[in-house]
Amino acid sequence: MSVPEEAGWRRLSARMLVIHPFQEVVRAAPALIGLLFAGSSGGGGGHLWSLGAVAVVVLLGMLRWFTTTYRVTPEHVQVRKGLLHRKVVTVPRDRVRTVDVTSNILHRVFGLARVEVGTGRSDRKRGGELRLDALTAAEAAGLRVELLHRRDAGATASPVLSSASPGAAEFPGAAAAVGTGGEETELAVLRPSWIAFGPFTLSGLVAVGVIAGFVSRLASEGNVDLRKLGPVRHSWDWLGAQSPALAVATVVVVLALFVGLASTIGYLLAFWGFRLTRHTGGTLHVTRGLVTTRATTIEERRMRGVELSEPLLLRAVRGARVIAITTGLRVGQGAQRGGSMLLPPAPRAAAEAVARTVLRGAPEPSPVTAPLRSHGRAALRRRFTRALGVHALIVAIFFIPWEWSDLAAWPWLTAVAVLPLTAVIAADRYRGLGHAIASGHLVSRWGSLVRRRVALECDGVIGWTVERSFFQRRAGLVTLTATTAAGRQGYAVQDVELPEALRLATQGSPGLLDPFLVPAPGTAPGAVSAGPAPAAPLGQG
Amino acid sequence: MSRAAIRYWATRAAVGWLIILAAQIAWMSMADGDRPLRIAGIVATVVLGAAHATIMPQWRYRVHRWEISPAAVYTQSGWFKQEWRIAPISRIQTVDSQRGPLEQLFRLANVTVTTASAAGPIKVEGLDRDTARHLVGELTASAQATAGDAT
Repeated sequence: MSVPEEAGWRRLSARMLVIHPFQEVVRAAPALIGLLFAGSSGGGGGHLWSLGAVAVVVLLGMLRWFTTTYRVTPEHVQVRKGLLHRKVVTVPRDRVRTVDVTSNILHRVFGLARVEVGTGRSDRKRGGELRLDALTAAEAAGLRVELLHRRDAGATASPVLSSASPGAAEFPGAAAAVGTGGEETELAVLRPSWIAFGPFTLSGLVAVGVIAGFVSRLASEGNVDLRKLGPVRHSWDWLGAQSPALAVATVVVVLALFVGLASTIGYLLAFWGFRLTRHTGGTLHVTRGLVTTRATTIEERRMRGVELSEPLLLRAVRGARVIAITTGLRVGQGAQRGGSMLLPPAPRAAAEAVARTVLRGAPEPSPVTAPLRSHGRAALRRRFTRALGVHALIVAIFFIPWEWSDLAAWPWLTAVAVLPLTAVIAADRYRGLGHAIASGHLVSRWGSLVRRRVALECDGVIGWTVERSFFQRRAGLVTLTATTAAGRQGYAVQDVELPEALRLATQGSPGLLDPFLVPAPGTAPGAVSAGPAPAAPLGQG
Repeated sequence: MSRAAIRYWATRAAVGWLIILAAQIAWMSMADGDRPLRIAGIVATVVLGAAHATIMPQWRYRVHRWEISPAAVYTQSGWFKQEWRIAPISRIQTVDSQRGPLEQLFRLANVTVTTASAAGPIKVEGLDRDTARHLVGELTASAQATAGDAT
């Protein structure tokens, strides 16, 4: 429980004093286990030193509770932290775009949650982030409401904002309602049938990698000879007894089953209890997670668009996921995409419906479903020359050593044999290309292995970049990139004809390009002036 | 662009190639064996480097352009791969001017304009110092004149 000190400075939850030693011991577990072995064989007092080091770390961590305080004033959010190097992080409240509340299993046992406040900063240098590890779950919920639904909250009681939270703590469920008086509309919940998409997410590949890494380390560092283990030896012998084709097939099937299972478990862990709601205070709220729960709140005012992404396998079973394009939330890696995931892998129709609802400001045709203009024949040719060019290079790399020395012939023969596959990918990549300006959004679609369809609000576009490689210039194509402060920071329309690119940019940011464009004389495609414009006295050739 | 930029780009390219050449010569003098192949490598480096250092600067000079209007900054850059960038003045976050050691030698400076997007910094290269100073002043003044948080 927080104890209000001078001028509303609040502390983290005192229960962290209990959790912290746990966390540190778990983190130091590999070292401790190593210590047990080393201590028994080497003797001496070395392990005492290591234990001492762990104790110091635990102590320092507990000191963090005493040194970290935070407060929310009507204008700012401030966090004071650090023992020797005191630091005050201050963020103006109107710069708060997202609030991320995460609790891992330990946090949940003690009823705590970690709060991370996202600001508009696009770079994440260490130390400047606003992270509170951890508050009680009720305090965290209260803080979220306080920070993002401030207009309502401010109208009721802005001077006593910071003291409102401890009161609300007794009624965790009521915290949201008390703070704002608003209400939530449910946009999507996880349906049990969606779990069937789990195997197609391939998130299990990571698990396979981790396990393989762990086993290999165990084998090399622990001097364990895997072949001497009973089950391993039996299956190895069995595999050796089969024909090579059958052996390969068995390994592939077993691996596929394992990855599928691991991916499904991963899906359940990440998205169990998934719920997307819209709050009348102007925020979207995503909750999810089985063991580690995570709740992300995104201010809708800061949303610049949505991305519908379909990895190849997911596309094959007509699934898709939805990612928010928001300032303050960079699209990260992993199943949750750094918290910007709006809908886990789900049927395409459901994903489209959610994306459409989220972009509610956009009139028909919705940028999510509006028809796209396909890219011309030159783009098609370029897809093929690029794909086949790379492929030819690979064939050559295998072919030359075979010709000159005694490398086996099968690598380059295989490379030639998969040529049709390359052609299919090239064709699919071309089919994916498309763009449009629909209802104030720039829409671009590209990719084959991961097909993405991005709808980016034109108001969120900061600038435009036109890239033309030597080969693109010869084909009359350009890659147009709309730069933005949200999401991936830049969204490209690949291989589009120059006049079409300029049309998109002028429609997307009316008036911005005009001073730099001269009416195209006749049919010349290069419609950009190179000389000094009258408006720019400094411009020079 | 200042015409000195041509010499600056040529020098920058030449320095890079000289480092590669020096490494190759050092390698040849230290370890022996397969001399003809290494000499061929050195010749290739010299030819490629000379071609790069003579063609690239001229090509760049013909491509590079910049303009500012009351509403936007626009640049054109590159040679083999060319790029046009445009950003509204109202979205400018910072304006930096830099002079590296080589640039100082040729009395040049560059100006980098950043926006709230990590993907969109605009760099004007190879300006003479006075122009750079004017440009920074003008951009700062017009950026200050606009309101909002530029995201």
